[in-house]
Amino acid sequence: MSAKTPMLRMDGINKVFPGVKALTNVNFRLFPGEVHALMGENGAGKSTLVKVLTGVYASDGGTVTLEGKPIQITTPLEAQEFGISTVYQEVNLCPNLSVAENIFVGREPRKRGRIDWKEINRRAEELLSTRLNLNIDVTRELDSYSVAIQQMIAIARSLNVSAKVLILDEPTSSLDTNEVEQLFAVIRKLKSEGLAIVFISHFLDQIYEISDRITVLRNGNWIGEYMTKELPRLELVSKMIGKELDVLAEASSNKRIFKGGESFLQADQVYKKGKIQPFDLNMNRGEIVGLAGLLGSGRSELARLLFGADKSDGGTIKINGKKVSLNSPKQAITNGIAFSSENRKTEGIIGDLSIRENMILAIQGVKGWFRYIPRKKQNEIVDEYIKLLNINPPNPEQLIKNLSGGNQQKVLLARWLITNPELLILDEPTRGIDVGAKAEIQKLMLSLSEKGMSILFISAELEEILRTCQRIAVLRDHEKVSELENDNGITQQDIMKEMAGGM
Amino acid sequence: MLKRLNINYKHLPILVTVGLFILMYIFGSMRYTGFMSSQVFLNLFINNAFLIILAVGMTFVILTGGIDLSVGSVIALTSMVAADLIMNAQLSPWLVIPISLLVGTTLGLINGCIIHFFNIQPFIVTLAGLFLARGLAYLINIESIAITDPFFDFMAKTRIPIGDSFISISVVIALVVVLIGVYLAHYTNFGRTVYAIGGSEQSAVLMGLPVGRTKILIYTFSGFCASLAGLVFTFYMLSGYALHANGMELDVIASVVIGGTLLTGGVGYVAGSVIGVLILGVIQTIIIFEGTLSSWWTKIAIGVLVLAFIVFQRILVVRSNVKKAAGANNVDIKESSPPLKTKSM
Ligand SMILES: Nc1ncnc2c1ncn2[C@@H]1O[C@H](COP(=O)(O)OP(=O)(O)O)[C@@H](O)[C@H]1O
Ligand SMILES: [Mg+2]
Repeated sequence: MSAKTPMLRMDGINKVFPGVKALTNVNFRLFPGEVHALMGENGAGKSTLVKVLTGVYASDGGTVTLEGKPIQITTPLEAQEFGISTVYQEVNLCPNLSVAENIFVGREPRKRGRIDWKEINRRAEELLSTRLNLNIDVTRELDSYSVAIQQMIAIARSLNVSAKVLILDEPTSSLDTNEVEQLFAVIRKLKSEGLAIVFISHFLDQIYEISDRITVLRNGNWIGEYMTKELPRLELVSKMIGKELDVLAEASSNKRIFKGGESFLQADQVYKKGKIQPFDLNMNRGEIVGLAGLLGSGRSELARLLFGADKSDGGTIKINGKKVSLNSPKQAITNGIAFSSENRKTEGIIGDLSIRENMILAIQGVKGWFRYIPRKKQNEIVDEYIKLLNINPPNPEQLIKNLSGGNQQKVLLARWLITNPELLILDEPTRGIDVGAKAEIQKLMLSLSEKGMSILFISAELEEILRTCQRIAVLRDHEKVSELENDNGITQQDIMKEMAGGM
Repeated sequence: MLKRLNINYKHLPILVTVGLFILMYIFGSMRYTGFMSSQVFLNLFINNAFLIILAVGMTFVILTGGIDLSVGSVIALTSMVAADLIMNAQLSPWLVIPISLLVGTTLGLINGCIIHFFNIQPFIVTLAGLFLARGLAYLINIESIAITDPFFDFMAKTRIPIGDSFISISVVIALVVVLIGVYLAHYTNFGRTVYAIGGSEQSAVLMGLPVGRTKILIYTFSGFCASLAGLVFTFYMLSGYALHANGMELDVIASVVIGGTLLTGGVGYVAGSVIGVLILGVIQTIIIFEGTLSSWWTKIAIGVLVLAFIVFQRILVVRSNVKKAAGANNVDIKESSPPLKTKSM
C-alpha cells in the first residue's frame, strides 16, 4: 500500500483563530483505497484541519496537492467540485427537506430548465439501495428518520458528487453498536471502490477496526503518521496526550493509607444515552476517587449526572443508603453534593462580581434568594476562606476577573466549600493554573478528605491523580472500564493501558 | 391513511388554512344573503391584489427564517414616485412603471446586502428600511397627489369579464406573480435553496448552496414585489400618498403565518399565503356584510387567528419532536428487503 503515491497531500498547514493557534505546520497524506484515521484529544485541531481542507476556513499558510496538482479550495462548493466531501458529526442536512432532495439539492437533475422531481426521487432511491444497501422512502422528510440513517443519507449526498475523498468527522458518536457496524460495512465497500476516506473518532476500538493509517495531532501540532498495524494502542495514547512511555513507568508515590469510611454515595447502572454507558460507582466518606480517561471519554458527562446537571436516562443513586433522585443541581446541592465545573470561565466565575459575591453565590442559592445573608456574616465567611485557601489578593471586594487563574479556581472552590458539602466533585480544578497553586489545591483536597469529605477528582494529569487518590476509575469511549486501587505501586502506564484498552 | 397523516404533519398547517377558509366562506354564505355570489368571491381578489403580491415576496423571506418590515413603506414610496413622475414630471407611463419598480427592488437589494454582508438581523435592517422609505415618500410630497392619467385610468377601471362577473387587471398581475412564485419555489434551484436555508442555514452553507446570493435575492425579490404591489395599490387608489399602506407589512406577515408558513422558516407554501390573504379578505367581507360592526373587528379577528396559528404550530413542533425522540430510532437499517414505502406527493 505504501508504494502508492498519495492522492491528496496537505503540507505545512497553519491556522490561527483569534487567541488560538489551532494548527501549526500540520501535514496530512491520503491514499486511495485507504481509511486514514485522524487522532487527537478534543481541541487537537482535527475538525479545523478538515475544515481547512474543505474550504470552510481559509488556511493561514501551507499547500494542498490533489493528484499531483496544487489546488486552492476556498468554499465547500469548490471542495465538492474537486471530489472532496464531508460528513460532519452533527448531520448537516436540512431536516425539512425530503431525503431525495437532501441528496440532490444544489445539483438537481432538470427537464426543460425546471427541477425534475421524478428523476430526483428515482436516482436517490437507486443510489441509496445500490451503494448503501438502504431501502427507504426517499420522499419523506429527513427528520422522520433516525440519526444513523441521516448519517447514511449524508454519505449518499457526498457520493453523489464524483467523490474521491470522503471525510467522516466523528460520524459514530451518536450511533449504537449495530448502526456503527452498518456504517463500517458502507465504509469498507467504498474503500474497496478506491475512495480515500478520512475517519475521525474518539473510539479507539473503532479506529483499530476500520483504519489503515493514523495521523496524530496534539494541540494543533503534527505528531506523526503511522500504519495502524504497527502502532500499539498504548503508544497511540501516549502520543495523543504527549507523555513518553518511560516517564510513565515510575511507580506511584502515594503513601497515604485510606482509613476507610462508610459509603456516602452509590451509583448503580446510571447512564445517559450517547453520553455515558451504565456505570457503578461507590464513594466512601473521606475518600478521594480519581476519574481518568482521555478528553472526550465521558469524564465530565459522568460527573454532570452525579450533580444533576444532566438528567440520567436510567439507574439509581443512593445517598447514605437511601435512594434519591438527582434531576437538578438544586437537588444535588440539597443532598450535600458540590460540583466545580471544568469551564471555569464560562460556567463558574462571574467576572464582574467581587471575590465576596462570587463566593457567596452557592450558599445564597441554597438558602433561597429571599433569605439574604447579612453583610457582616458574609464578610466573616469570606475572610475565613480567603485565609484558609491563601487567596491573593486577600481583598474580598476585588473583582474576580482581575485574579490569576489559580486564585479564581480557589474562589470557586471556596464557593462550594462554604456550602459544606459531603461530596465534592472537582472537574479539572488544576488545569491552566501555576504549579504553586496546583500544589496548594492538592494539599487542600487531602486535608478536606481527612475531615471526612468525599472527593471525586477529574484530571487529565495522571501523576496528580496518583498523588492524591485512593481509587481510580478509568473511562474509555464513554464507558467506565475499570477501577484501580492506588496502593500497590501502580504506574501512570497502568492507567494508560486501561485508557487505551484492547490489550 | 392515518399513517400518512402522521408523516405529513408538516402539511397540517396548510390543510387547516384551507379548511378555515372554506368554513368561513360557508359561514358567511349561510348568514348573509348575497354573500354566495361569484362577484363577492372575485372581489376578494380585486380588493386584495396588492396584498397577494406582497405575500408572495414575504413568503420567500419568511421561508428563510427572515422578515421584511419595509414592504408597507415601499408601497407608499412607490405610489409617491409614480404619482410625482406622472403628474408633476409629466413622464410617460412607460417610463414611470419601470422606474417605480426599480425603487423597491433597489431598496430590497440594499436590505439584502446589509443583512448578508454585515450579518445583521433582518428585523433591524428592514425596520430601518421601513423608516427610510416612508421618510423618502414624505420628502417627495406631504400632500396626497391625485392621478389623472389615461393609462392609470385604464388599469384601474378595466373589467375583465368572467361569466357574468369580472376581475381587474391587477388580479391578473397578482395571479401571474403567484404562478411565478410557485414555479420559483418548487422548480428552481433558487427556491430549493430558500427552503434549505430555512431548514438549517449552516447546513445549507456546508452543502455548498449559494446561501449569501440567495438571501440577497430574496430581499430583492420581496422589494420588487412591494414595488409591484405599490403600483397595483396606486391603480386601486389612483393617488400617491405618503400615508398609504400604513402598517400593511403586518397584514402581510399575518397572512403568511395564517397561510401555514412557519415563522422559524423552512416550511410553507406560496399558495398557502394566498389563501391566508383570502382569509383576511373574508373576515373583512363578513364584517362589511354584518353592517353594524366596527371595521376594527377585522384587526381583532386577525390577531386572534395569528395567535391561534402560532400556538398551533408550536404544538406541532413539540409533538413531532416528542414523536421523533420516541420512535425515530426504531427504523431498522439492516432491513434491506421490505422497503418502507408510503407514497406521497
Ligand atoms: N471557529 C473557531 N473560532 C475560534 N476558535 C476555534 C474555532 N474552531 C475551533 N477553534 C479552536 O481551535 C482548536 C481546535 O479545535 P477543533 O479543530 O474543533 O478540535 P478537534 O476537532 O480536534 O476536537 C480548539 O482550541 C478550538 O477551541
Ligand atoms: Mg472535532
